[in-house]
Amino acid sequence: MSAPSVLVTQTSRVGRAGFTLGIAIVALIAAAALIGNALVPHDPFVQDLNQRLVPPFWMEGNQPAHLLGTDQLGRDYLARLVYGARISLLIGIMTVITSGLIGITLGVLGGFFGGRVDDLVLFAITTRLSIPVVLVALAVVGLMGSSLGLVVATLGLLLWDRFAVVARATTMQIRNLDYVSAARCAGASTPHLLIKEILPNIASHLAVVATLEMALAILLEAALSFLGLGVPPPLPSWGLMIAEGKDYMFFSPWVIMIPGAALAVLVLGINLVGDGLRNLLGTELR
Amino acid sequence: MLRLIARRLAIGVLVAFTVMTLAFLLTRLSGDLAVSIAGPSATQADVEIVRKAYGLDRPLYVQFFAWTGRALVGDFGQSYFFKDSVANLIQKRLPITVTLGLVGLSLALVISIPLGILAALRENTWVDRSVTLFTMVGQAVPSFWLALILMIVLGLQLGILPISGTGTWQHFVMPGIVLAFTAIPALTRLTRSGMIEAMASDYIRTARAKGLSRARIVFKHALRNAAIPVVSIAAVQLGFMLGGSIVIETVFALHGVGYLGWESIAKNDFPVVQAVVLVLAAIYIALTLLADILNALLDPRLRTG
Repeated sequence: MSAPSVLVTQTSRVGRAGFTLGIAIVALIAAAALIGNALVPHDPFVQDLNQRLVPPFWMEGNQPAHLLGTDQLGRDYLARLVYGARISLLIGIMTVITSGLIGITLGVLGGFFGGRVDDLVLFAITTRLSIPVVLVALAVVGLMGSSLGLVVATLGLLLWDRFAVVARATTMQIRNLDYVSAARCAGASTPHLLIKEILPNIASHLAVVATLEMALAILLEAALSFLGLGVPPPLPSWGLMIAEGKDYMFFSPWVIMIPGAALAVLVLGINLVGDGLRNLLGTELR
Repeated sequence: MLRLIARRLAIGVLVAFTVMTLAFLLTRLSGDLAVSIAGPSATQADVEIVRKAYGLDRPLYVQFFAWTGRALVGDFGQSYFFKDSVANLIQKRLPITVTLGLVGLSLALVISIPLGILAALRENTWVDRSVTLFTMVGQAVPSFWLALILMIVLGLQLGILPISGTGTWQHFVMPGIVLAFTAIPALTRLTRSGMIEAMASDYIRTARAKGLSRARIVFKHALRNAAIPVVSIAAVQLGFMLGGSIVIETVFALHGVGYLGWESIAKNDFPVVQAVVLVLAAIYIALTLLADILNALLDPRLRTG
């Protein structure tokens, strides 16, 4: 049977190409977020009302000074786009850290101890899943006032469910394996078991979840900002840029195309990294 | 089977009660509700009048039990902004959201099940990879952005669909497409992996050995088994779609429950916010219960749980 093995190498080659592409996309956007504003000769916040809605370089009427044109207040679109990458990545990373801490703690405890503890953890997961995320996030920001920190805290408190589900399932699979029993017999304390034996061995699964949640957090922040209850203006969140461009989109469609495409590319890149990780680590969950 | 349903039902009720508590606490987050209802130009005396009128001077637990007690019999209080009972408002708006959800889910199933089967039967060919690429891109595209693009293309440039509003069935087409798009990637992947697994199983080999036609094998034997997770996820997806339709309803100004939630958040109309959170959660709980029962009916092995 030589045919299947050819297929397997082909899939993994395609898979690896996707992984590499994903890493390249994320690295490029991360680099833009870190040093982009030093390279772009415009301030993302400075308005120039004489230079409103200048089209980007591929359209007629572009000015070489503004590569991607300007927005409705004459702010340089490239400078804002690059600054927006910072906001998306920051929110993605901070949300994953917050939700990861909550979800992994709950999941590992439930999976390791089973019984009553597990019942409680399962109940918490079920409850969390029945809460409409966007509505509650909007309500929290609407009631408490929009700020970057609040968006992160809210999303972090809402997006831990998948971490908990995966941490719980994987912990259950390994809690009775020989090396865990051996460590227990050697007199290891429970915290030691959880942190030194369980956690490193489920980490690869959690890394995959982290990419999924990061992508989700970035999309949700964009949606919240788009609805006006996320990151406050004049911060150039990509979602907010789309919202601000909405009134001009019928005549200047690029004002929504550029930030939307940036969002889609970033999320695609993160998902490709997640898919690649899943294939490389062989962590397909059953 | 009955025990399974009873157990799930009991958990569902408990979850609903927890969500109720959370929804109540959520609206108390802003600190002093009376101040936010009275508005920025209100004097201290005005605030006190509002506080008394809305019963906000009572201890928190009294307010909570008063609210839950009435909510259990379907009375969610009065909306401050719409000057109507919250129950009425939701009753008027819910059919729109449910219609949108069903349109979205039907579209999603009609597209994702054939795509998933096609990808599975042509595993590792360019067909399969194109489908995978399509699901990856579909996952990455923000729904509100897709909505705006459709508005520009279908609404303005081609002029075949209304851009926003609620009046006719045409108003549901674009929002339905966008909502379907949020579910298509997950459903397609699930159908694909389910079909691949089913096609590799022993009973398919037996069916092949018996000389059954390919169509019969795929649709009668493989699909029935691959459909089990798809059915349960589809019900759960509908719950997520109804909860997530707030963004889409707002973009298209489709006056469903999600749009109502958004309006009432913007207006600080907290009885409506509480009720919308609760109603959406209750629908989700009911749908997951339905999914469990459907699953047990489709797969006899699950009936003993």
